Amino acid sequence: MDTLDRVVATVQANVPMERQIQGLHLYQKAKARLLGTSRPAPFAEEPIPPVDQVGLADIDMSNPFMFRQGQWMPYFARLRDEAPVHFQANSRFGPYWSVTRYDDILTVDKDHETFSAEPFIVIGTPPPGLEVEMFIAMDPPRHDQQRQAVQGVVAPKNLKEMEGLIRERVCDVLDNLPVDEPFNWVDRVSVELTARMLATLLDFPYEERRKLVYWSDLAAGSEEATGGTSDTDEIFRGVRDMARAFTDLWHAKAARTAAGEAPGFDLISMLQANESTKDLVKRPMEFLGNLTLLIVGGNDTTRNSMTGGVLALNQFPDEFAKLKANPSLIPGMVSEIIRWQTPLAYMRRVATKDTVLNGQFIRKGDKLVMWYASGNRDGRHFDRPDDFIIDRSNARSHLSFGFGLHRCMGNRLAELQLRILWEELLARFDDIEVVGEPEHVQSNFVKGYSSLPVKLTRKAAS
Amino acid sequence: MATVNFVTFDGEQVEAPLVEGQSLMQVAIDNAVPGIDGDCGGEAACGTCHVVVDQQWAGRCSEPADAEEQMLEMNPDRQATSRLSCQIALSDDLGGLTVHLPEFQF
Ligand code: HEM
Repeated sequence: MDTLDRVVATVQANVPMERQIQGLHLYQKAKARLLGTSRPAPFAEEPIPPVDQVGLADIDMSNPFMFRQGQWMPYFARLRDEAPVHFQANSRFGPYWSVTRYDDILTVDKDHETFSAEPFIVIGTPPPGLEVEMFIAMDPPRHDQQRQAVQGVVAPKNLKEMEGLIRERVCDVLDNLPVDEPFNWVDRVSVELTARMLATLLDFPYEERRKLVYWSDLAAGSEEATGGTSDTDEIFRGVRDMARAFTDLWHAKAARTAAGEAPGFDLISMLQANESTKDLVKRPMEFLGNLTLLIVGGNDTTRNSMTGGVLALNQFPDEFAKLKANPSLIPGMVSEIIRWQTPLAYMRRVATKDTVLNGQFIRKGDKLVMWYASGNRDGRHFDRPDDFIIDRSNARSHLSFGFGLHRCMGNRLAELQLRILWEELLARFDDIEVVGEPEHVQSNFVKGYSSLPVKLTRKAAS
Repeated sequence: MATVNFVTFDGEQVEAPLVEGQSLMQVAIDNAVPGIDGDCGGEAACGTCHVVVDQQWAGRCSEPADAEEQMLEMNPDRQATSRLSCQIALSDDLGGLTVHLPEFQF
């Protein structure tokens, strides 16, 4: 450890976590005032022209309205065909390469030595001061150590312990849904179930579970980072509250265990039971980073897969019929939902040395965006790539979880949660009809929905 | 004909024909051996074709290369003779190779 690191470590260990965050916020605000840094105007939505009216060099996939306006498909199709490794020099997020073909994405994702995940995995830069330490944006060896410390909580062995509780919570939500009248699927099902899942993972106070969703939405929605709509001051307040809540959670759990309560299958119990992480709370930025990563990683992604599945089955009614006739197709369908939806549109990397990718010369320091949303629709890898086919034979090879060292740690939990949801839905309802247009989130990173009106028809008693 | 053997976590033996030049993962997939996913298609990039090579065969398979070793290190069920089966290229001299399947693929 060098001196600076040591000082930081000492400060971290002695100043309460939420005060540190607050301090950072005040520091950033003061700095902005002193230096007069003016923030660029927020994104204003304008109609995106059809792709054939745009010069190749002007294509900018970082536009946060691409998904909302449905233009992402023709735009990516053109890039895959005409410029599979494409340079955009002047985006709001600076210059970057777009990697759009399946094979090229796999090449980049696998090669963590040439393509670093540091310092961020989103295209822009999160608000200054908010760079909590998340191992999704670390290279080995730090990445490996931190991931190893927490991955047990979502490992299949532990999931077996949690499955019963997850199913119980799914049934409870489904049994209380309105029938034969429209309601917002996103709020009543997708957000609610995700909140319950995250609360289960952390053993977070159950009545306060929506806070987990609120905090992760804030963190992922920064305008500078992803073109989203979160307000920077609100983000800081949110992170401060979250830091306080997670610290309290840690100490409350430790006290309960000391009083003789059996440790649970949740993350905090697990960290406290492990020699190398039992004092993690004394390394706040790491502690906070790991907890934040788990809730942010599991939040939008699972939620939008839950919504995306309903939408896909409505757009492809033959597949819905196929599913109802044969519920054993559910596990395969779950992978196809995750491919078709691609809840996270990309991960970003930075070249650590000069290199060549599919004929393009990439300079050391260049930013690359691996567009999973495009690779998952690449006809060179998937047959009829835009169709939703619940028994697609190679659905599992989708890019939505990434590949290589950073491959999604929560993949089995996400699959389990979706499988249970569809098993319980089919057991109860004959139809889940989409009765209006979905509303899309503003982001270049999260490919998701803020609302989807649906109407349920109950299954006739048999 | 030469064969390879998979022992499932429950102890069931599954035999499959050895196809020279193919990977062990490919043979498992082609013969629908349960417990091997092989999501990335053989790139040592997902870790879902993990097998544990039987002690008797430990010295006779190649050693994992760097990329494979790094994926294995991320697996909490990793054992001394763990391999990603997509990185085991089958040749004649591996006739009778026996591997054990873990309880889960990650
Ligand atoms: C359908 C649901 C999900 C999708 C599409 C998804 C997607 C992703 C992607 C694309 C990555 C980065 C892969 C790469 O860089 O190569 C990732 C990493 C990660 N995800 Fe997920 N995720 C999902 C669910 C979850 C859940 C439920 C959790 C946790 C509860 C989670 C936790 C994580 C973590 C901790 C990482 C960092 C792994 C690392 O850097 O080693 N994810 N996820």
